[in-house]
Amino acid sequence: MTAAAGAPTRPEPPFVTRVVTTSRVRHYVSRVLAVIGLALVVVLFGLPLAWLVTAPFDSTPSLAVQWPDWTLSNFSAIAENRYALGSFANSAIIGIGTCVVVIVLGALAAYALSRVRIPGRDGLLYALLLLSSIVTGTAAMVPTFQLVNSLGLIDTHLAVVLVVSGGTLPTVIFILKDFMDSIPKSYEESARLYGAKPWQILRDVVVPIARPGLAFVAVWTLVQVWGNFLVPYLLLRTTAKQPAAVLMYTFYTESGQADLRLLSAFSLVFSIPIIAMYFLVNRRYGFRFHGGIKN
Amino acid sequence: MSSAAAPATGSTPPRRGQRRRRSAEDVAGLGRTGAGVFVAPALALIGLFLVFPAIWTIYLGMTDYRLTGFAAVDPEFVGLDNYARILGDPTFWRSLRLTLVFVLVSGIIGQSLLGFAVAWALRRITGWAKTLIETLVLAAWVVPASVASFLWIALLDRREGTLNEILGTTGMAWLIEYPMASIIVFNIWVGTAFSMLLFSSALAAVPPSQLESARMAGATGWQQLRDVVIPNIRGHILTNTLLITLWTFNTFTPYLVTAGGPNGESEIIAVYIYNTAIPGGQLGVGAAISLIMLLINLVVALGYLRVGRARGARPAEASAAEASAAEAGPTEKAP
Repeated sequence: MTAAAGAPTRPEPPFVTRVVTTSRVRHYVSRVLAVIGLALVVVLFGLPLAWLVTAPFDSTPSLAVQWPDWTLSNFSAIAENRYALGSFANSAIIGIGTCVVVIVLGALAAYALSRVRIPGRDGLLYALLLLSSIVTGTAAMVPTFQLVNSLGLIDTHLAVVLVVSGGTLPTVIFILKDFMDSIPKSYEESARLYGAKPWQILRDVVVPIARPGLAFVAVWTLVQVWGNFLVPYLLLRTTAKQPAAVLMYTFYTESGQADLRLLSAFSLVFSIPIIAMYFLVNRRYGFRFHGGIKN
Repeated sequence: MSSAAAPATGSTPPRRGQRRRRSAEDVAGLGRTGAGVFVAPALALIGLFLVFPAIWTIYLGMTDYRLTGFAAVDPEFVGLDNYARILGDPTFWRSLRLTLVFVLVSGIIGQSLLGFAVAWALRRITGWAKTLIETLVLAAWVVPASVASFLWIALLDRREGTLNEILGTTGMAWLIEYPMASIIVFNIWVGTAFSMLLFSSALAAVPPSQLESARMAGATGWQQLRDVVIPNIRGHILTNTLLITLWTFNTFTPYLVTAGGPNGESEIIAVYIYNTAIPGGQLGVGAAISLIMLLINLVVALGYLRVGRARGARPAEASAAEASAAEAGPTEKAP
């Protein structure tokens, strides 16, 4: 980028020529190796994905990746299955429910933490953030199961919403506090001069300004919940209540012969929202808060 | 993006403006009580579903809690019996060993090295090839776990699997013959994207002038890598390694591919806890293993915090800075 363009034109002492020749050979060899390596990467990552793209449109899908005999009829298999459509509704209920809980509670907490100096505030936030990365779904599955069981919430969507919300709230508060910190306080001051109550200020002044932050958190939470397998698998027992992530797993384990028309179409319909949401967030906000998106 | 990423609330505000800052802070007139009311619901939820389970694991692990039967109704306190039993149980040690191999090979070696290699190879490429590779790697990351695992089950299938067709190994049941290798490759496939993103932003931040002078001095690509690039991104390597370790250690997704089978040959610790506690019904023993897992997590997470501090930034900020660099994309366009 900088001095590189000028380098080759510089007059070179004779003894350098041999070095240049060997380095040129080496350069080509490494180029070829790099191309081969990248081709292997394409195959490794592309091959499994190829099935997801071709099989749903194949009139006779098999487990092998093959050029499809184009049709859209496989998607009707989703409507024919007793639980498939319902599982998408369940995913949506759990996803939106978690979003609402996380955004309302997260915004309230983040606003208060941003504007009022509570002793030990930063320490509290870090402790929570640390805790949320340690107490993962897998390490806490037994106590979580027990807790939900003794609350009488086993096999309810509410249980899944509450457990996932509790796990994601520390990160959400952290992100939202960041956004709220950057809102100029003069707006709130003038609102207060006109006699607005704190919650009115939050609703009418802060929330509209922090909308990008709230949108980011909403999509982020949806991405987290949509693909989550363990929590609903652990807490939901009735097939009719299971979200798509869990139902799909039962498609290919409990039935001896998997219905590939259904499985392929279902996989694609299930994947598209999350892929779309991910690339939306990635495009609008960049790859921020790493480990946030899908970990 | 990078300016927004740096929060305005450092724990040490500048001395000069401190007084004014403090009085101007509570502009909404919330007061401590109001703030408490605003924060309480979120804290209650976090307390109940995050803090409490962590603490309750300690108690549960010392009982003979079971899913069914007498011990389900009236659990007894058994002290450290569960731990004695676990530590004397060869299946626990096998699970821990498998987890170690899994974290080391799929996470630290596989995801990190492959992620770095891809980031390194892509740093000079532009156009469709770069877009294709990045999209494929990212798509593997984003696709829901249930779908990803089925894609691999299909690929590795004994009769119709594409892999057998390509390799000419008809009838090879990969998931039964090589269960660990299967979930290791699967996990590399799922998780490489993160390392790729992190390292491509790290590589973009390596000063081009240093690389340039190394090249002028006749350093080979390998020497440039060793003497210029690696020292520059040491912090990123540490961050990446610790996070990958934490996530790989805790992942439950391999359960979807092999369910820990056959005969527990791919039963990594998360799957082992699930199989012990829920289908096995031994909640007390499961909780005891959970506590061991939590303690290992704690050690790794504290290491991560420490690295974050040492790099002069809080972890989330460091990541935001790395991230904004990732967004900008590699700036070096070498000849």
